[in-house]
Amino acid sequence: MYKHKDLLALKDLSAGEISFLLDTAKPMKEIITRPIKKVPTLRGRTVVNLFYENSTRTRSSFELAAKYLSADSINISSSSSSVAKGESLYDTARTIQSLGADVVVLRHPMAGAPHLLAKTVKAAVINAGDGAHEHPSQALLDLFTVRERRGKIDGLTVVIVGDILHSRVARSDIWGFTKLGAEVRVCGPPTLLPPELEQTGARVFYRPEEALAGADVIIMLRIQKERQRQGLFPGLREYARLYGLNRERLALAAPGALVMHPGPMNRGVEIGHDIADSTVALIEEQVTNGVAVRMALLYLLTGGGAHHEADH
Amino acid sequence: MPALREKARIIDQDGIRRALTRIAHEIIERNKGTDNLVLIGIRRRGVPLARRLAGKIKQIEGSQVPVGILDITLYRDDLSSLNHQPVVRQTEVNFSIEGKKVVLVDDVLYTGRTIRAALDAVIDLGRPRSIQLAALIDRGHRELPIRADYVGKNVPTARRELVEVRLSETDGMDEVVIMEKT
Repeated sequence: MYKHKDLLALKDLSAGEISFLLDTAKPMKEIITRPIKKVPTLRGRTVVNLFYENSTRTRSSFELAAKYLSADSINISSSSSSVAKGESLYDTARTIQSLGADVVVLRHPMAGAPHLLAKTVKAAVINAGDGAHEHPSQALLDLFTVRERRGKIDGLTVVIVGDILHSRVARSDIWGFTKLGAEVRVCGPPTLLPPELEQTGARVFYRPEEALAGADVIIMLRIQKERQRQGLFPGLREYARLYGLNRERLALAAPGALVMHPGPMNRGVEIGHDIADSTVALIEEQVTNGVAVRMALLYLLTGGGAHHEADH
Repeated sequence: MPALREKARIIDQDGIRRALTRIAHEIIERNKGTDNLVLIGIRRRGVPLARRLAGKIKQIEGSQVPVGILDITLYRDDLSSLNHQPVVRQTEVNFSIEGKKVVLVDDVLYTGRTIRAALDAVIDLGRPRSIQLAALIDRGHRELPIRADYVGKNVPTARRELVEVRLSETDGMDEVVIMEKT
């Protein structure tokens, strides 16, 4: 059961609610594999994608999810809307409300922006990434991908390597995997590991050789060059040498460990070319599963359909 | 939810078996054999019924007819009148229905809305040559122009009554009862 109006953060959800979201994504994936990828479920509903930051995967994934469920979707990006004229999030929200949106998908550079929007509008709000806070739908697709491949989450060892400090994906992944019973290890240079990490239940490592030992799942994070102007590590080459995933490091993980990446990848930096290509199927599968997970979210947040056994 | 009281047991285990045997013969007769024939059960109780029909058809004709599973939750037209979230289950039709003679199977035919949704769902999977409908019970009160091709038993009922089909696969026993709201 999922009883919230919005999806803002995995931190707020119970293990049962997360599992229910993943269960609902399973039949959605079957729809994606059909020749005609369309069901009439959300006919007449409107989904607004409001993106204050650039995105290819997340935005197109939500857009396709809405289209596959027959909802109408519109995209508003900050550069091509009145946001560029200085309109506040509050006023943009009121405009969206008046347009009759049923769901608003928000990406915003400020942590907490979706929470503010959720209080302002009647529509369901989905957090598609807020600052360095959370990116719950990405974590759900990671969970879905691992559960599909391994049949479970409970008892697995999941290692997240890279820039944890700036990563909303890492935060949502830590909450999601921990709640479903996995052991989560995070690893990166000390300057890229935020101080409060231990409180989330994750174990902190500074050397990938230690963190990767026996890992079932490895999630490599993108080095966000756009957020690295403060010089939190000396250089990309040194980062690649110390933290990049190469054959030797991968050999330390459990046999057949899953390698994942939220994309876009910096090949040769956080992930070696040969590994990126050998695991590319999984990274592409993450994108496909992303559509299924987002279909489930749109469906459940617009109410789902009541099914009465007696109503034949 | 109002309390329900069992009013009458209208079919027992033998009755269900005989009804399905007759429907299996009718399906074979109308389709002149089993060429291009597929059965699709509507979740939940249409699925075991479709499997049983396929078993009987095999006994009679000696050929195995493919059986698919249809979940119509995403095709229902009552999204706004929700009061609880359903668990969406998977549609499992692992064969092409292009050009096939599809027999939809469900336990009870009532308003016709489930069948309307199922027709949409089947057509989204491909273009069958024809779609036929088999229902174990037809209890009347149609809200849409839909009629079954094969019926186990016609059971005239009042709207305040419920027809409950119990099958050993899902409920541990085979019987059909009429329940009455008290």
